[in-house]
Amino acid sequence: MKQIKVEICLGTTCFVMGASELQSLEEKLPEEIAGRVLIEGTTCLGCCKDRKYGKAPYVRIDGEIMSGATTDAVVLRLKELCDIE
Amino acid sequence: MDCNNNVTRIRREVLIRIAKAAFDENLPEVVDKIPHTMRPKDMDETRCCIYKDRAVLRYRCMAAMGFAIEDEEDDFVPLAKYADNAALREQPEGEIMTVLDIACKGCVSSRHLITDACQGCMARPCMVNCPFNAITVVKGRAQIDSSKCVDCGKCRSVCPYHAVTRIPVPCEEACPVGAIEKNGDGKARIDFEKCISCGRCMRECPFGAVMEKSQVVDIIHALKRGRPVVAMVAPAIAGQFPGDLEQIADAIMKLGFSEVVEVAYGADVTTRKEAAEFVERMEEGKPFMTTSCCPAYIGTVQKHIPELKPFVSETATPMHYTAMRVREENPEAITVFVGPCVAKRREGLDDDAVDYVMTFEELGALFVARDVEVAVCEGVPFVTSTSSEGRGFAVTGGVAAAVAALNGDKANLKSICINGLDPAALKRLRAFTSGNCPGNLVEVMACEGGCVGGAGVVGLSRLTSKAVKDWSERGHHLKSE
Repeated sequence: MKQIKVEICLGTTCFVMGASELQSLEEKLPEEIAGRVLIEGTTCLGCCKDRKYGKAPYVRIDGEIMSGATTDAVVLRLKELCDIE
Repeated sequence: MDCNNNVTRIRREVLIRIAKAAFDENLPEVVDKIPHTMRPKDMDETRCCIYKDRAVLRYRCMAAMGFAIEDEEDDFVPLAKYADNAALREQPEGEIMTVLDIACKGCVSSRHLITDACQGCMARPCMVNCPFNAITVVKGRAQIDSSKCVDCGKCRSVCPYHAVTRIPVPCEEACPVGAIEKNGDGKARIDFEKCISCGRCMRECPFGAVMEKSQVVDIIHALKRGRPVVAMVAPAIAGQFPGDLEQIADAIMKLGFSEVVEVAYGADVTTRKEAAEFVERMEEGKPFMTTSCCPAYIGTVQKHIPELKPFVSETATPMHYTAMRVREENPEAITVFVGPCVAKRREGLDDDAVDYVMTFEELGALFVARDVEVAVCEGVPFVTSTSSEGRGFAVTGGVAAAVAALNGDKANLKSICINGLDPAALKRLRAFTSGNCPGNLVEVMACEGGCVGGAGVVGLSRLTSKAVKDWSERGHHLKSE
Protein backbone atom coordinates (compact mmCIF):
# COMPACT_ATOMS: atom_id res chain seq x y z
CA MET A 1 0.00 0.00 0.00
CA LYS A 2 1.24 3.47 -0.88
CA GLN A 3 2.38 5.56 2.03
CA ILE A 4 0.89 8.98 2.64
CA LYS A 5 3.56 11.62 2.93
CA VAL A 6 3.09 14.35 5.50
CA GLU A 7 5.53 17.24 5.31
CA ILE A 8 5.54 19.59 8.27
CA CYS A 9 6.89 22.98 7.35
CA LEU A 10 9.79 23.84 9.63
CA GLY A 11 10.03 27.35 8.28
CA THR A 12 10.44 29.97 10.98
CA THR A 13 7.04 31.56 10.31
CA CYS A 14 5.22 28.25 10.65
CA PHE A 15 7.13 27.44 13.82
CA VAL A 16 6.39 30.80 15.41
CA MET A 17 2.73 30.54 14.39
CA GLY A 18 2.20 27.15 15.96
CA ALA A 19 4.03 24.42 14.06
CA SER A 20 5.92 23.54 17.22
CA GLU A 21 2.74 21.81 18.32
CA LEU A 22 2.93 19.62 15.20
CA GLN A 23 6.16 18.10 16.46
CA SER A 24 4.02 15.74 18.48
CA LEU A 25 2.08 14.51 15.40
CA GLU A 26 3.91 11.21 15.26
CA GLU A 27 2.88 10.23 18.78
CA LYS A 28 -0.70 11.33 18.18
CA LEU A 29 -1.28 9.17 15.11
CA PRO A 30 -3.92 6.52 15.75
CA GLU A 31 -2.52 3.01 15.49
CA GLU A 32 -4.65 2.00 12.50
CA ILE A 33 -3.08 4.64 10.24
CA ALA A 34 0.37 5.02 11.80
CA GLY A 35 1.88 2.41 9.50
CA ARG A 36 0.59 4.13 6.39
CA VAL A 37 1.92 7.58 7.15
CA LEU A 38 5.40 8.94 6.59
CA ILE A 39 6.10 12.15 8.52
CA GLU A 40 8.91 14.45 7.49
CA GLY A 41 10.02 17.91 8.42
CA THR A 42 10.69 20.18 5.48
CA THR A 43 12.37 23.53 5.01
CA CYS A 44 10.06 26.47 4.33
CA LEU A 45 7.36 25.47 1.83
CA GLY A 46 7.13 29.10 0.75
CA CYS A 47 3.44 29.40 1.57
CA CYS A 48 4.00 32.34 3.95
CA LYS A 49 5.81 34.47 1.45
CA ASP A 50 2.67 36.42 0.55
CA ARG A 51 2.88 37.68 4.16
CA LYS A 52 -0.40 36.13 5.19
CA TYR A 53 1.18 35.12 8.47
CA GLY A 54 -2.15 34.34 10.08
CA LYS A 55 -2.63 31.26 7.89
CA ALA A 56 0.50 29.48 9.10
CA PRO A 57 1.42 26.80 10.08
CA TYR A 58 1.33 24.85 6.84
CA VAL A 59 1.52 21.12 6.29
CA ARG A 60 1.72 19.32 2.93
CA ILE A 61 -0.15 16.04 2.76
CA ASP A 62 0.60 14.11 -0.45
CA GLY A 63 1.20 17.38 -2.25
CA GLU A 64 -1.91 19.10 -0.92
CA ILE A 65 -1.34 22.16 1.29
CA MET A 66 -3.23 22.51 4.54
CA SER A 67 -3.17 25.95 6.21
CA GLY A 68 -3.73 26.69 9.88
CA ALA A 69 -2.72 23.10 10.55
CA THR A 70 -3.15 21.45 13.93
CA THR A 71 -2.35 17.87 14.88
CA ASP A 72 -6.05 17.08 15.18
CA ALA A 73 -6.85 18.51 11.74
CA VAL A 74 -3.97 16.60 10.15
CA VAL A 75 -5.03 13.35 11.81
CA LEU A 76 -8.61 13.86 10.58
CA ARG A 77 -7.45 14.43 7.00
CA LEU A 78 -5.18 11.38 7.17
CA LYS A 79 -8.06 9.22 8.33
CA GLU A 80 -10.15 10.46 5.38
CA LEU A 81 -7.35 9.66 2.95
CA CYS A 82 -6.89 6.20 4.40
CA ASP A 83 -10.57 5.38 3.99
CA ILE A 84 -10.71 6.61 0.42
CA GLU A 85 -7.84 4.50 -0.81
CA MET B 1 -4.18 28.01 27.26
CA ASP B 2 -1.32 26.67 25.22
CA CYS B 3 0.03 28.85 22.43
CA ASN B 4 -2.19 27.45 19.70
CA ASN B 5 -4.96 30.05 19.61
CA ASN B 6 -5.85 33.20 17.71
CA VAL B 7 -4.90 35.62 20.48
CA THR B 8 -1.33 34.35 20.40
CA ARG B 9 -1.24 34.40 16.62
CA ILE B 10 -2.49 37.97 16.39
CA ARG B 11 -0.05 39.13 19.08
CA ARG B 12 2.80 37.50 17.17
CA GLU B 13 1.67 38.88 13.83
CA VAL B 14 1.63 42.39 15.28
CA LEU B 15 5.14 41.89 16.62
CA ILE B 16 6.33 40.60 13.24
CA ARG B 17 4.89 43.58 11.38
CA ILE B 18 6.27 46.10 13.87
CA ALA B 19 9.69 44.43 13.79
CA LYS B 20 9.75 44.32 9.99
CA ALA B 21 8.95 48.01 9.72
CA ALA B 22 11.58 48.84 12.36
CA PHE B 23 14.19 46.84 10.44
CA ASP B 24 13.10 48.52 7.20
CA GLU B 25 13.32 51.91 8.95
CA ASN B 26 9.81 52.89 7.93
CA LEU B 27 7.89 52.29 11.15
CA PRO B 28 6.38 55.81 11.39
CA GLU B 29 5.21 55.56 7.77
CA VAL B 30 3.58 52.12 7.95
CA VAL B 31 2.51 51.59 11.55
CA ASP B 32 -0.88 53.29 11.22
CA LYS B 33 -1.71 50.93 8.35
CA ILE B 34 -1.06 47.76 10.37
CA PRO B 35 -4.57 47.53 11.91
CA HIS B 36 -6.05 47.96 8.42
CA THR B 37 -3.69 45.47 6.80
CA MET B 38 -4.53 42.87 9.42
CA ARG B 39 -8.25 43.58 9.27
CA PRO B 40 -9.00 44.47 5.61
CA LYS B 41 -12.48 45.47 4.49
CA ASP B 42 -13.42 42.09 3.10
CA MET B 43 -12.50 40.11 6.19
CA ASP B 44 -15.00 38.85 8.76
CA GLU B 45 -14.81 40.64 12.07
CA THR B 46 -14.01 38.72 15.25
CA ARG B 47 -15.52 41.23 17.70
CA CYS B 48 -18.63 43.36 17.20
CA CYS B 49 -17.36 45.08 14.06
CA ILE B 50 -14.27 45.57 11.97
CA TYR B 51 -13.73 49.03 13.48
CA LYS B 52 -13.41 47.64 16.96
CA ASP B 53 -11.04 44.95 15.68
CA ARG B 54 -8.88 47.69 14.21
CA ALA B 55 -9.10 49.82 17.35
CA VAL B 56 -7.87 46.90 19.45
CA LEU B 57 -5.07 46.24 16.96
CA ARG B 58 -4.05 49.87 17.30
CA TYR B 59 -3.51 49.27 21.03
CA ARG B 60 -1.62 46.07 20.31
CA CYS B 61 0.73 48.08 18.12
CA MET B 62 1.22 50.58 20.96
CA ALA B 63 2.18 47.83 23.41
CA ALA B 64 4.40 46.17 20.80
CA MET B 65 6.24 49.49 20.48
CA GLY B 66 6.73 49.54 24.24
CA PHE B 67 3.96 51.84 25.46
CA ALA B 68 1.50 51.30 28.30
CA ILE B 69 -2.11 51.66 27.22
CA GLU B 70 -2.87 53.14 30.64
CA ASP B 71 -0.64 56.12 29.76
CA GLU B 72 -2.55 57.05 26.62
CA GLU B 73 -3.71 60.63 26.84
CA ASP B 74 -6.12 60.58 23.92
CA ASP B 75 -6.85 58.12 21.15
CA PHE B 76 -6.47 60.77 18.46
CA VAL B 77 -2.68 60.47 18.48
CA PRO B 78 -1.52 58.52 15.40
CA LEU B 79 0.66 55.45 15.94
CA ALA B 80 3.35 57.23 13.90
CA LYS B 81 3.81 59.61 16.82
CA TYR B 82 4.40 56.65 19.14
CA ALA B 83 6.87 55.22 16.65
CA ASP B 84 8.77 58.54 16.73
CA ASN B 85 8.74 58.56 20.53
CA ALA B 86 9.94 54.95 20.64
CA ALA B 87 12.94 55.96 18.53
CA LEU B 88 13.81 58.70 21.04
CA ARG B 89 13.49 56.46 24.09
CA GLU B 90 16.82 56.05 25.91
CA GLN B 91 15.83 53.00 27.90
CA PRO B 92 12.67 51.08 28.79
CA GLU B 93 11.00 51.91 32.10
CA GLY B 94 7.78 51.59 34.08
CA GLU B 95 5.55 48.56 34.54
CA ILE B 96 5.85 45.39 32.50
CA MET B 97 2.25 44.47 31.78
CA THR B 98 -0.48 46.63 30.28
CA VAL B 99 -4.24 46.12 29.95
CA LEU B 100 -6.04 46.97 26.71
CA ASP B 101 -9.25 48.02 28.36
CA ILE B 102 -11.30 48.14 25.17
CA ALA B 103 -10.25 44.58 24.39
CA CYS B 104 -11.34 43.38 27.85
CA LYS B 105 -14.66 41.55 27.74
CA GLY B 106 -15.41 42.60 31.31
CA CYS B 107 -16.09 39.03 32.42
CA VAL B 108 -18.43 39.10 35.40
CA SER B 109 -16.99 37.65 38.56
CA SER B 110 -16.91 33.89 38.47
CA ARG B 111 -20.33 32.32 38.71
CA HIS B 112 -22.43 29.23 38.20
CA LEU B 113 -24.97 29.01 35.44
CA ILE B 114 -27.71 26.51 34.57
CA THR B 115 -27.38 25.53 30.91
CA ASP B 116 -29.84 24.16 28.33
CA ALA B 117 -28.92 20.68 29.48
CA CYS B 118 -31.28 21.16 32.47
CA GLN B 119 -34.22 18.77 32.17
CA GLY B 120 -36.22 20.26 35.02
CA CYS B 121 -36.10 16.86 36.68
CA MET B 122 -38.26 15.74 39.54
CA ALA B 123 -35.41 14.94 41.89
CA ARG B 124 -34.17 18.51 41.75
CA PRO B 125 -31.00 17.76 43.66
CA CYS B 126 -29.66 21.21 42.85
CA MET B 127 -32.55 22.90 44.63
CA VAL B 128 -32.64 20.46 47.52
CA ASN B 129 -28.91 20.56 48.17
CA CYS B 130 -28.25 24.28 47.73
CA PRO B 131 -27.27 25.49 51.22
CA PHE B 132 -28.25 29.05 50.34
CA ASN B 133 -31.69 28.47 48.79
CA ALA B 134 -30.44 30.15 45.65
CA ILE B 135 -32.15 27.79 43.21
CA THR B 136 -35.75 27.86 42.05
CA VAL B 137 -37.39 26.01 39.17
CA VAL B 138 -39.21 28.26 36.73
CA LYS B 139 -41.10 26.82 33.74
CA GLY B 140 -39.44 23.46 34.09
CA ARG B 141 -35.90 24.81 34.35
CA ALA B 142 -33.68 25.54 37.33
CA GLN B 143 -32.52 29.11 37.87
CA ILE B 144 -29.84 30.53 40.13
CA ASP B 145 -30.53 33.71 42.08
CA SER B 146 -27.16 35.45 41.81
CA SER B 147 -27.87 37.58 44.89
CA LYS B 148 -27.96 34.42 47.03
CA CYS B 149 -25.39 32.24 45.23
CA VAL B 150 -21.94 32.18 46.82
CA ASP B 151 -20.40 30.00 44.12
CA CYS B 152 -19.99 26.96 46.37
CA GLY B 153 -20.53 24.56 43.44
CA LYS B 154 -22.80 22.14 45.29
CA CYS B 155 -25.44 22.23 42.52
CA ARG B 156 -22.82 21.45 39.91
CA SER B 157 -21.61 18.41 41.82
CA VAL B 158 -25.10 16.90 42.27
CA CYS B 159 -26.73 17.55 38.87
CA PRO B 160 -27.21 14.21 37.06
CA TYR B 161 -27.36 15.97 33.67
CA HIS B 162 -24.17 18.01 34.10
CA ALA B 163 -26.37 21.01 33.45
CA VAL B 164 -24.59 23.36 35.81
CA THR B 165 -21.48 25.04 34.57
CA ARG B 166 -19.09 27.47 36.12
CA ILE B 167 -17.90 30.44 34.10
CA PRO B 168 -14.50 31.51 35.35
CA VAL B 169 -12.70 34.83 34.94
CA PRO B 170 -9.55 33.55 33.23
CA CYS B 171 -7.21 36.41 34.15
CA GLU B 172 -8.22 36.34 37.81
CA GLU B 173 -7.82 32.57 37.99
CA ALA B 174 -4.45 32.67 36.26
CA CYS B 175 -3.01 35.34 38.54
CA PRO B 176 -1.23 33.60 41.42
CA VAL B 177 -1.22 36.69 43.63
CA GLY B 178 -4.66 38.30 43.26
CA ALA B 179 -3.37 41.30 41.33
CA ILE B 180 -6.34 41.56 38.97
CA GLU B 181 -8.94 44.06 40.03
CA LYS B 182 -12.25 44.81 38.40
CA ASN B 183 -13.73 48.25 37.87
CA GLY B 184 -17.47 48.84 38.27
CA ASP B 185 -17.94 47.96 34.59
CA GLY B 186 -16.15 44.64 35.06
CA LYS B 187 -13.04 45.72 33.14
CA ALA B 188 -9.81 44.28 34.44
CA ARG B 189 -7.09 46.43 35.92
CA ILE B 190 -3.73 45.27 37.22
CA ASP B 191 -2.81 46.31 40.75
CA PHE B 192 0.91 46.88 40.26
CA GLU B 193 1.49 46.92 44.01
CA LYS B 194 0.68 43.20 43.84
CA CYS B 195 1.71 42.21 40.28
CA ILE B 196 4.77 39.96 40.00
CA SER B 197 4.96 40.30 36.17
CA CYS B 198 4.69 36.55 35.60
CA GLY B 199 2.69 37.18 32.41
CA ARG B 200 0.11 34.51 33.05
CA CYS B 201 -2.85 36.89 32.59
CA MET B 202 -1.52 37.72 29.13
CA ARG B 203 -1.36 34.07 28.20
CA GLU B 204 -4.74 33.13 29.65
CA CYS B 205 -7.05 36.02 28.62
CA PRO B 206 -9.15 34.67 25.73
CA PHE B 207 -9.68 38.22 24.47
CA GLY B 208 -5.99 39.08 24.48
CA ALA B 209 -6.67 42.07 26.71
CA VAL B 210 -3.33 41.93 28.49
CA MET B 211 -0.05 42.56 26.75
CA GLU B 212 3.52 43.18 27.76
CA LYS B 213 5.34 46.32 26.76
CA SER B 214 7.75 45.00 24.18
CA GLN B 215 11.31 46.24 23.73
CA VAL B 216 11.72 44.90 20.19
CA VAL B 217 11.77 48.37 18.64
CA ASP B 218 14.50 49.49 21.06
CA ILE B 219 16.50 46.35 20.31
CA ILE B 220 16.21 46.79 16.54
CA HIS B 221 17.29 50.42 16.87
CA ALA B 222 20.28 49.25 18.93
CA LEU B 223 21.21 46.73 16.22
CA LYS B 224 21.30 49.56 13.70
CA ARG B 225 23.38 51.99 15.74
CA GLY B 226 26.68 50.21 15.19
CA ARG B 227 27.64 49.37 18.77
CA PRO B 228 28.10 45.63 19.39
CA VAL B 229 24.88 44.01 20.61
CA VAL B 230 25.27 40.72 22.48
CA ALA B 231 22.40 38.23 22.79
CA MET B 232 22.42 36.25 26.04
CA VAL B 233 20.23 33.20 25.47
CA ALA B 234 18.54 31.42 28.35
CA PRO B 235 18.93 27.61 28.47
CA ALA B 236 15.20 27.23 27.78
CA ILE B 237 15.86 28.28 24.16
CA ALA B 238 16.55 24.65 23.21
CA GLY B 239 13.65 23.39 21.09
CA GLN B 240 11.98 26.80 20.76
CA PHE B 241 12.90 26.92 17.07
CA PRO B 242 13.70 24.24 14.53
CA GLY B 243 17.36 23.28 14.66
CA ASP B 244 19.83 22.98 17.52
CA LEU B 245 21.27 25.71 19.71
CA GLU B 246 24.19 26.39 17.41
CA GLN B 247 21.81 26.91 14.50
CA ILE B 248 19.67 29.21 16.62
CA ALA B 249 22.81 31.18 17.57
CA ASP B 250 23.69 31.45 13.87
CA ALA B 251 20.18 32.72 13.14
CA ILE B 252 20.52 35.35 15.89
CA MET B 253 23.81 36.52 14.36
CA LYS B 254 22.00 36.95 11.02
CA LEU B 255 19.75 39.51 12.73
CA GLY B 256 22.81 41.67 13.31
CA PHE B 257 23.87 40.66 16.82
CA SER B 258 27.62 40.70 17.32
CA GLU B 259 27.78 37.66 19.59
CA VAL B 260 25.57 35.02 21.18
CA VAL B 261 26.39 33.70 24.65
CA GLU B 262 24.68 31.07 26.72
CA VAL B 263 23.18 32.18 30.03
CA ALA B 264 24.07 28.67 31.16
CA TYR B 265 27.51 30.24 31.75
CA GLY B 266 25.96 32.46 34.44
CA ALA B 267 23.98 29.48 35.72
CA ASP B 268 27.31 27.77 36.43
CA VAL B 269 28.43 30.81 38.46
CA THR B 270 25.09 30.85 40.29
CA THR B 271 25.43 27.13 41.08
CA ARG B 272 28.92 27.56 42.55
CA LYS B 273 27.98 30.53 44.69
CA GLU B 274 24.68 29.05 45.77
CA ALA B 275 26.26 25.72 46.74
CA ALA B 276 28.82 27.57 48.92
CA GLU B 277 26.12 29.80 50.39
CA PHE B 278 23.99 26.77 51.19
CA VAL B 279 26.72 25.12 53.24
CA GLU B 280 27.44 28.40 55.01
CA ARG B 281 23.81 28.91 55.94
CA MET B 282 23.38 25.36 57.17
CA GLU B 283 26.49 25.73 59.33
CA GLU B 284 24.94 28.86 60.80
CA GLY B 285 21.99 26.72 61.77
CA LYS B 286 19.45 28.16 59.31
CA PRO B 287 16.56 25.75 58.68
CA PHE B 288 16.46 26.11 54.89
CA MET B 289 17.45 28.24 51.89
CA THR B 290 15.45 28.96 48.75
CA THR B 291 16.83 29.56 45.26
CA SER B 292 16.80 33.09 43.87
CA CYS B 293 16.91 32.86 40.09
CA CYS B 294 13.18 33.11 39.33
CA PRO B 295 12.25 36.81 39.12
CA ALA B 296 8.50 36.20 39.56
CA TYR B 297 9.27 34.30 42.75
CA ILE B 298 11.48 37.16 43.99
CA GLY B 299 8.62 39.56 43.22
CA THR B 300 6.31 37.28 45.21
CA VAL B 301 8.63 37.34 48.22
CA GLN B 302 8.99 41.11 48.10
CA LYS B 303 5.31 41.86 47.68
CA HIS B 304 3.52 38.98 49.35
CA ILE B 305 5.74 36.92 51.67
CA PRO B 306 8.31 39.35 53.14
CA GLU B 307 8.87 36.99 56.07
CA LEU B 308 10.51 34.58 53.60
CA LYS B 309 13.19 37.10 52.61
CA PRO B 310 15.83 36.00 55.14
CA PHE B 311 15.68 32.48 53.68
CA VAL B 312 16.18 33.48 50.04
CA SER B 313 19.66 32.94 48.63
CA GLU B 314 21.59 36.19 48.11
CA THR B 315 23.31 34.75 45.06
CA ALA B 316 22.51 36.70 41.90
CA THR B 317 20.84 35.20 38.85
CA PRO B 318 22.43 33.51 35.81
CA MET B 319 21.33 36.51 33.72
CA HIS B 320 23.27 38.87 35.99
CA TYR B 321 26.53 36.90 35.99
CA THR B 322 26.34 36.42 32.23
CA ALA B 323 25.74 40.12 31.63
CA MET B 324 28.57 41.08 34.01
CA ARG B 325 30.98 38.94 32.06
CA VAL B 326 29.87 40.44 28.74
CA ARG B 327 30.33 43.93 30.23
CA GLU B 328 33.81 43.08 31.51
CA GLU B 329 34.93 41.67 28.18
CA ASN B 330 33.36 44.41 26.14
CA PRO B 331 32.26 47.53 28.05
CA GLU B 332 30.88 49.01 24.84
CA ALA B 333 28.46 46.16 24.26
CA ILE B 334 24.71 46.41 24.55
CA THR B 335 23.37 43.37 26.42
CA VAL B 336 20.10 41.70 25.44
CA PHE B 337 18.70 38.82 27.47
CA VAL B 338 16.63 36.41 25.38
CA GLY B 339 14.42 34.13 27.42
CA PRO B 340 11.04 32.52 28.06
CA CYS B 341 10.21 34.88 30.89
CA VAL B 342 8.09 37.99 31.12
CA ALA B 343 9.14 38.76 34.70
CA LYS B 344 12.78 38.88 33.58
CA ARG B 345 11.92 42.30 32.14
CA ARG B 346 11.46 43.57 35.68
CA GLU B 347 14.81 42.11 36.73
CA GLY B 348 16.40 43.56 33.59
CA LEU B 349 15.11 47.05 34.39
CA ASP B 350 16.63 46.79 37.88
CA ASP B 351 19.99 45.42 36.70
CA ASP B 352 22.45 47.93 35.23
CA ALA B 353 24.34 45.18 33.44
CA VAL B 354 21.29 44.27 31.33
CA ASP B 355 20.10 46.71 28.68
CA TYR B 356 17.17 44.90 27.10
CA VAL B 357 15.07 41.78 27.57
CA MET B 358 13.11 39.94 24.91
CA THR B 359 11.11 36.73 24.90
CA PHE B 360 11.43 33.77 22.54
CA GLU B 361 8.15 34.87 21.00
CA GLU B 362 9.71 38.24 20.18
CA LEU B 363 12.90 36.65 18.89
CA GLY B 364 10.69 34.53 16.62
CA ALA B 365 9.03 37.70 15.35
CA LEU B 366 12.46 39.16 14.54
CA PHE B 367 13.41 36.00 12.62
CA VAL B 368 10.20 36.13 10.58
CA ALA B 369 10.58 39.87 9.97
CA ARG B 370 14.07 39.29 8.53
CA ASP B 371 13.19 36.03 6.71
CA VAL B 372 15.75 34.10 8.74
CA GLU B 373 15.20 30.37 8.30
CA VAL B 374 16.61 28.81 11.45
CA ALA B 375 16.31 25.29 10.07
CA VAL B 376 18.76 25.97 7.24
CA CYS B 377 21.33 27.93 9.29
CA GLU B 378 24.67 26.13 9.47
CA GLY B 379 25.31 26.84 13.11
CA VAL B 380 28.06 28.62 14.99
CA PRO B 381 29.74 26.97 17.98
CA PHE B 382 29.72 28.78 21.33
CA VAL B 383 33.10 30.11 22.46
CA THR B 384 32.58 29.35 26.13
CA SER B 385 31.63 25.83 27.07
CA THR B 386 28.86 25.52 29.66
CA SER B 387 27.91 22.71 31.96
CA SER B 388 25.23 20.12 31.73
CA GLU B 389 23.92 21.32 35.11
CA GLY B 390 23.75 24.97 34.04
CA ARG B 391 21.86 24.05 30.90
CA GLY B 392 19.42 22.12 33.05
CA PHE B 393 18.26 25.25 34.96
CA ALA B 394 15.39 25.67 32.49
CA VAL B 395 13.40 22.68 33.69
CA THR B 396 11.87 22.39 37.13
CA GLY B 397 14.22 20.65 39.54
CA GLY B 398 17.25 21.67 37.50
CA VAL B 399 18.52 24.39 39.81
CA ALA B 400 18.28 22.23 42.94
CA ALA B 401 19.88 19.33 41.04
CA ALA B 402 22.81 21.54 40.00
CA VAL B 403 23.43 22.76 43.56
CA ALA B 404 23.08 19.20 44.87
CA ALA B 405 25.53 17.86 42.26
CA LEU B 406 28.19 20.34 43.31
CA ASN B 407 27.41 20.03 46.98
CA GLY B 408 27.94 16.28 47.12
CA ASP B 409 27.08 14.91 50.54
CA LYS B 410 27.70 18.06 52.58
CA ALA B 411 25.18 19.52 55.06
CA ASN B 412 22.57 16.76 54.58
CA LEU B 413 21.12 18.48 51.56
CA LYS B 414 17.49 17.61 50.98
CA SER B 415 15.88 19.50 48.15
CA ILE B 416 12.22 20.14 47.41
CA CYS B 417 10.68 21.95 44.45
CA ILE B 418 7.80 24.35 44.23
CA ASN B 419 6.77 23.68 40.66
CA GLY B 420 4.59 26.66 39.74
CA LEU B 421 3.17 29.40 41.95
CA ASP B 422 -0.51 29.45 42.84
CA PRO B 423 -2.35 30.44 46.03
CA ALA B 424 -1.74 26.98 47.53
CA ALA B 425 2.01 27.21 46.82
CA LEU B 426 2.12 30.65 48.44
CA LYS B 427 0.45 29.20 51.51
CA ARG B 428 3.01 26.40 51.60
CA LEU B 429 5.89 28.85 51.32
CA ARG B 430 4.46 30.90 54.20
CA ALA B 431 4.26 27.77 56.30
CA PHE B 432 7.96 27.08 55.66
CA THR B 433 8.86 30.24 57.57
CA SER B 434 7.16 28.94 60.69
CA GLY B 435 9.26 25.80 60.78
CA ASN B 436 7.28 23.51 58.49
CA CYS B 437 9.78 23.05 55.70
CA PRO B 438 10.24 19.39 54.75
CA GLY B 439 13.64 20.04 53.12
CA ASN B 440 16.56 22.44 53.47
CA LEU B 441 17.02 23.53 49.84
CA VAL B 442 13.85 24.87 48.24
CA GLU B 443 13.79 25.50 44.51
CA VAL B 444 10.98 27.80 43.45
CA MET B 445 9.79 28.11 39.88
CA ALA B 446 6.88 30.48 39.30
CA CYS B 447 5.91 28.69 36.08
CA GLU B 448 4.81 25.09 36.01
CA GLY B 449 7.50 22.92 34.48
CA GLY B 450 10.12 25.62 35.10
CA CYS B 451 11.32 28.28 32.65
CA VAL B 452 10.19 26.15 29.69
CA GLY B 453 6.63 26.87 30.86
CA GLY B 454 7.17 30.66 30.82
CA ALA B 455 4.71 33.11 29.30
CA GLY B 456 7.06 34.08 26.45
CA VAL B 457 7.74 30.66 24.94
CA VAL B 458 7.06 29.46 21.39
CA GLY B 459 7.29 25.68 21.91
CA LEU B 460 5.19 23.39 24.08
CA SER B 461 7.00 22.73 27.35
CA ARG B 462 6.30 19.01 27.03
CA LEU B 463 8.46 18.95 23.90
CA THR B 464 10.98 21.67 24.67
CA SER B 465 11.94 20.19 28.03
CA LYS B 466 13.17 17.16 26.07
CA ALA B 467 15.26 19.44 23.87
CA VAL B 468 16.68 21.13 26.98
CA LYS B 469 17.64 17.72 28.31
CA ASP B 470 19.32 16.73 25.03
CA TRP B 471 21.38 19.92 24.96
CA SER B 472 22.20 19.52 28.63
CA GLU B 473 23.59 16.05 28.01
CA ARG B 474 26.07 17.53 25.56
CA GLY B 475 27.60 19.77 28.25
CA HIS B 476 30.48 18.93 30.60
CA HIS B 477 29.83 18.12 34.25
CA LEU B 478 30.34 20.75 36.88
CA LYS B 479 33.10 19.91 39.35
CA SER B 480 34.01 21.62 42.58
CA GLU B 481 37.00 23.90 42.22
